[in-house]
Amino acid sequence: MKYSIKLAAFAALGSSLLLQGCMHDDNSVSRSTFTVDVTNLSSNQPFSPVAVVLHNSGYNGFTLGAMASHGLEQLAESGDNSTFITEADANSKVLKSTGGMGIITPGGNETLQVQGMSTRPRLSLASMLVNSNDAFIGLNDVDLSALAKDESLVLHARIYDAGTEANSETAASIPGPAASGEGFNAARDDRDFISIHPGIVSQDDGLTTSALDASHRFDNPGAKIVITRTE
Amino acid sequence: MKKSLTTLLAISALSTAPAMAQDLDIKLTNLTNAIYFTPLLVAAHNSSTHLFMEGSTASTNLQAMAEGGDISGLSTDVQAVAGNVVENPAGGFLNPGVSTSFSLTNNSGNTHLSVSAMLLPTNDGFVGADSIEIPTKAGTYTYYLNAYDAGTEANNEAINGGGTPGVLGIPADPGTNAGTGGTGVTTTESNSTVHIHRGNLGDSNATAGNSDLDSSVHRWLNPVAELVITVN
Repeated sequence: MKYSIKLAAFAALGSSLLLQGCMHDDNSVSRSTFTVDVTNLSSNQPFSPVAVVLHNSGYNGFTLGAMASHGLEQLAESGDNSTFITEADANSKVLKSTGGMGIITPGGNETLQVQGMSTRPRLSLASMLVNSNDAFIGLNDVDLSALAKDESLVLHARIYDAGTEANSETAASIPGPAASGEGFNAARDDRDFISIHPGIVSQDDGLTTSALDASHRFDNPGAKIVITRTE
Repeated sequence: MKKSLTTLLAISALSTAPAMAQDLDIKLTNLTNAIYFTPLLVAAHNSSTHLFMEGSTASTNLQAMAEGGDISGLSTDVQAVAGNVVENPAGGFLNPGVSTSFSLTNNSGNTHLSVSAMLLPTNDGFVGADSIEIPTKAGTYTYYLNAYDAGTEANNEAINGGGTPGVLGIPADPGTNAGTGGTGVTTTESNSTVHIHRGNLGDSNATAGNSDLDSSVHRWLNPVAELVITVN
């Protein structure tokens, strides 16, 4: 029990992989339920409906340095999480996926719930920053196995670049309220791998063709995520 | 209370651990969108050795690494105090989005790990880790590294081949996304110690403006690298 608390604290510090190689001799499969509270920490970047995936080891919604899946490309360019969730549900390692109720405004939050049977549950999530070409906040493969009932893990999610659309910032290419331009486009006219997002330039900083202003700029982290085990 | 107990246990475990050979499997990933890492230096060393220190003036050898990508001086420094080094594991540039995996054989019981490589295109930016305490317990440990400014050169953002220490300018953009004709962003460096890099400014004019860099391509946000250490 003490171990769980200590390890949860370590994981919150960002060294979640410390969990490997430790403890857990209890291999019985048990049902666990988690609430996932997502708070938008940006100044003017509404989040598209979040996709949350509870899974076992072996599923990756995205991998840094690798190509985005078709579903992630759609999520990151248009905010539509349906294909991302369909892809997750088709993966045998996925226990449960769910989509958010709607947009999470800057400063706002939404609490989602996922439930599954696993000895070592993991969680991934993604949501687009809609006033961008293809920026998204994400968590990838967070190990929840050390989290006991009523314990919480507080994480901060970084902002990634899906790498599938050039960061032109033009009005025609930004689907969010700042421009109401195009969302998904199947063309991949950027470097086609996932990286840490380089940030918004904006017209206020000299990119005259940008539809965005200084309020749309951001830095890491983009979101606060509180994961609580309720069962 | 639990925390302090944990810390005490960790300290005592370290202080009683005998010096022994320890092989580390290391994976380093460039997380940026369009910034290249010059040949990496990864070094295990004792607790009093540093490739660089935040808020301290860069050594001459750190300057050579940060302005021109030359790791030979830093490597010699570490080996002079019985450090173990891996030089250039990627065999050249570590491109954006790419990982390099390698082993570091620590045959002298060094307790700390440091990393450095120049960021291109920058004037004197580098990815760095200063003295990560090497875990002693078997397992996989992940760290995220920031971009530093060596504080030794003004960030004028002019690509002119200037990689020699003390020569103003950026050696090159391996990604060939840069422009020309920039008049220079600045001629001064307001913090002459090692500090967090403020990032490239760039502009959207490929043949003029004040920077040769592209503001839509050459910026970044921290972290710029992921370092995974596996202790076997």
